[in-house]
Amino acid sequence: MRNYEVTFIVDPVLSSDEIKATAQTYVDMLNSNGNKLIHADEMGLRQLAYPIKKRSSGIYYCLEFTSENGLVIAGLELALKRDERIMRFLSVSLDKHGVKYNEDKRSGKIGQSKKRFRPITTLEPVSATPQAAVAESSAPKAPAVEATAVEAPANEAPANEAPAKEAPAKEAPAVEAPAMETPAVEAPAMEAPAVEAPTMETPTVEAPVAEAPVGKDEPIATPADPVEAVKNEED
Amino acid sequence: MASKDDIKFLSNPNIGQQQKKYCRFKKFGIKYIDYKDADFLLQFINEQGKILPRRLTGNSLKYQRKMAHAIKRSRHLAILPYVADLLK
Repeated sequence: MRNYEVTFIVDPVLSSDEIKATAQTYVDMLNSNGNKLIHADEMGLRQLAYPIKKRSSGIYYCLEFTSENGLVIAGLELALKRDERIMRFLSVSLDKHGVKYNEDKRSGKIGQSKKRFRPITTLEPVSATPQAAVAESSAPKAPAVEATAVEAPANEAPANEAPAKEAPAKEAPAVEAPAMETPAVEAPAMEAPAVEAPTMETPTVEAPVAEAPVGKDEPIATPADPVEAVKNEED
Repeated sequence: MASKDDIKFLSNPNIGQQQKKYCRFKKFGIKYIDYKDADFLLQFINEQGKILPRRLTGNSLKYQRKMAHAIKRSRHLAILPYVADLLK
């Protein structure tokens, strides 16, 4: 007895009835001859990361099931491959950790993904499915479970999130910091030649100083200006 | 004229010290990496969608392998891109 999971993408151009019927054929297939469907997750319409068959979105389904001998998988994959309504599919076998992860996710112990690749709710073709109702009913339970249970598995969910926020926050200043520091350290070094410039380059620097009171109205206050003026004259 | 004592505090004294990297899967007891969770996997790829090396992620070999496997699966299902520009 092993656990498997098959995820497939249904063409979003089909009508909602056709999409449901497509998913239902595979649900029926997985409920026959010794196989048992554990959970059918309709992940909804999602944006694809790259176009498949000139479609930029697809309806994701994920079916988790157990099988005694795994003989159904060859037939299932053949059927998925032949089906033109299916854009892409992937079947994987789950280890014990994967089974536990899926159970925890269903019971709301592990947080759902939030911002990116969120299902597009406005274009949702099938909204009133029983699965959606189950998902909605289980959703309010999730905070209650997390609030009451002080056990380790319940705390895993925030632990997953923690490194995500910490990692970029810590790395970012570390990378930027040296870039920020270098001008600050160099600043006194920059000032030094500007003040001592007459000793360094006496013939070139004297010229703008002599011209300044006569013709040009440029202030000599900023240390960078005479240097630029020198460069311009050298050109 | 800034003396050496002034300059001392212009730079962060902790910059030279390198923080010890750790495997977050071992540390937080994450046993399974879901290939459908794009937000989580985004932490392990760079802007172009390439998988980051262990040198940068700090993962142990076991979980780096599992993570890379999950990313490859999610690429197949168009949850993550094979190639991207400005992914983050």
